[in-house]
Amino acid sequence: MEDTPKRSRTNSGNAFIRWLLIGFALVFLAVFLVTPLLTVFVEAFAKGWGAYKTAIVEPDALSSIYLTLMAAAVAVPVNTMFGIAAAWSITKFDFIGKNVLVTLLDLPFAVSPIISGLIFVLMFGAQGWIGPWLAEHDIRIIFAVPGIILATMFVTVPFVARELIPHMQAQGREEEEAALVLGATGLQTFFRVTLPNIRWSLMYGIILCTARAMGEFGAVAVVSGHIRGQTNTIPLHVEILYNEYNFVGAFAVASLLTLMAIVTLALKKFVEWKISE
Amino acid sequence: MSIEIQGVSKRFGTFEALKNVSLSVGDAELVALLGPSGSGKTTLLRIIAGLDTPDSGSILLNGEDATNRGAGDRGVGFVFQHYALFRHMTVMENVAFGLRIQPKNIRKSKEDIRDRVMTLLKLVQLDWVAKRYPTQLSGGQRQRIALARALAVEPKVLLLDEPFGALDARVRRELRTWLRRLHDEINVSCVFVTHDQEEALEVSDRVAILDAGRIEQVGTPQSVYDNPANPFVFSFLGNVNLFHGRVKEGKATIGDFEVDAPEHRNASDSPAVGYSRPHEMEISRERNGNDSLSVVILQIQAVGPNVKLRLKRTENEDVLEAEITREKLRELDLKTGEAVFVKPRLVRVFIADPSETPLNYQI
Repeated sequence: MEDTPKRSRTNSGNAFIRWLLIGFALVFLAVFLVTPLLTVFVEAFAKGWGAYKTAIVEPDALSSIYLTLMAAAVAVPVNTMFGIAAAWSITKFDFIGKNVLVTLLDLPFAVSPIISGLIFVLMFGAQGWIGPWLAEHDIRIIFAVPGIILATMFVTVPFVARELIPHMQAQGREEEEAALVLGATGLQTFFRVTLPNIRWSLMYGIILCTARAMGEFGAVAVVSGHIRGQTNTIPLHVEILYNEYNFVGAFAVASLLTLMAIVTLALKKFVEWKISE
Repeated sequence: MSIEIQGVSKRFGTFEALKNVSLSVGDAELVALLGPSGSGKTTLLRIIAGLDTPDSGSILLNGEDATNRGAGDRGVGFVFQHYALFRHMTVMENVAFGLRIQPKNIRKSKEDIRDRVMTLLKLVQLDWVAKRYPTQLSGGQRQRIALARALAVEPKVLLLDEPFGALDARVRRELRTWLRRLHDEINVSCVFVTHDQEEALEVSDRVAILDAGRIEQVGTPQSVYDNPANPFVFSFLGNVNLFHGRVKEGKATIGDFEVDAPEHRNASDSPAVGYSRPHEMEISRERNGNDSLSVVILQIQAVGPNVKLRLKRTENEDVLEAEITREKLRELDLKTGEAVFVKPRLVRVFIADPSETPLNYQI
């Protein structure tokens, strides 16, 4: 026991270098992470609680919050179901084209969000593939709520599946096979064996998916058309307010996203702890 | 319930896991599928269970074709090598699983299920761990719980895939004798897969020896050990010494000595290999007639009831193994490096197949 402190000193080398590195990391953290985070709240409350509240309950802001929540409310469940189905089929069955599916899953990560948005404009826009047909039937997708939901869904496709696949791969198929031999149906096997086993990685994937769905800017910006009170999500609304020099408004709405991010981080940490348990 | 495997073949990509395999297992019989890894024994077991489907051939359970029946409808219990217990359920919930998922109209009441589970846990002598999770159990305990879980739905056939493969030697030996007792008690047909020849010979009523997707021999442990059908079975069931020679009209000539090989009376001077077990080798200080081989002792390993000797033939550098009693070792007073003579008491002669690589299974 006695030589432990000595050894640790020799292992970590010069004390000066050690403190220099730690100091650098702390300064970096303060400058690039903590300060901006504080700035958001300082700016948001620059004119007091009243102005903050006004900026948030303003109809356009409320509409953007509502739209963001709605986009997430559609995108997250759909992607969760897709993610589970994709992970289940990839890890528990062998089929032709499996590798293609795995690769395609990453497409939204690989493509720039702006391009993702553009894909939908090119498909459903006035000059797009099925734009004229949509116009004929008076269906609006681009510059309307459906476009925003589609773009959000596209961007968040990989999150749940990516979380589940490694975990389900590590667990193998034996428990499912055991359930099948014991007479369980496919659904019983899924709900009683597979789902309980993956519940925490699933939560983790859903959290990441939700965070991205609410924070997505690029893809949504392309398809939104920035119609205030109609097709603005929170990130887009923040941008508009900022461009109009309404700093308190911009930061107040931004603080909502920031709070959401902090809650997400806390949840994520909790789930990580649960997984490791 | 009887199992009838008829001409089952299965390939995975280009790999032929099973080649036209047929085997029948009688009611309440315990059969071991024995073979090296990759011989297809686990695939065969999974096909019986319905976890894999054969490319051709059929599986009959109790005389009825079950080839297209799902795993859950075959009335089989399956015990996995790595237990496959449901990790998020307690031992009690694991064992109760098969009963709880039954359709409402045939499902037992909660009390009945609990009673049945406790009875099974008592049977596997683990009723005191009912509330624990699988991770809180030792390997041997987990395997017994897996067995109790499989038995809960009263299977007519019990299939075990290397059930003791992941356990240490002592627990393995215990569970082996325990499985045999259990089988005699509950009277279901059992098929179990193993690569351990000692396990297979000790526990089973009959052994089926597989190699490269084919069944090489089926028989009682004693009959396959005493009368191996071919060199593969011979060398897989224990250590062997090989003697290369020729066989002609019922007589095999190996080095300096001749052995009778009446089963090859029609052979006209073909290359042959003689096989002898280490305990069939006799060691002497003096040349004993002219059919002794002169050898040098390389190593003397005196662990356990018998003494193992590694010997090198002086004429061709072949290494032989011999097993003698401790008394014999003392009587002859053998030392490493000494030149002695050895004579196989028993040699089985097989005509050498030139296409086959020499077998050398040292287990």
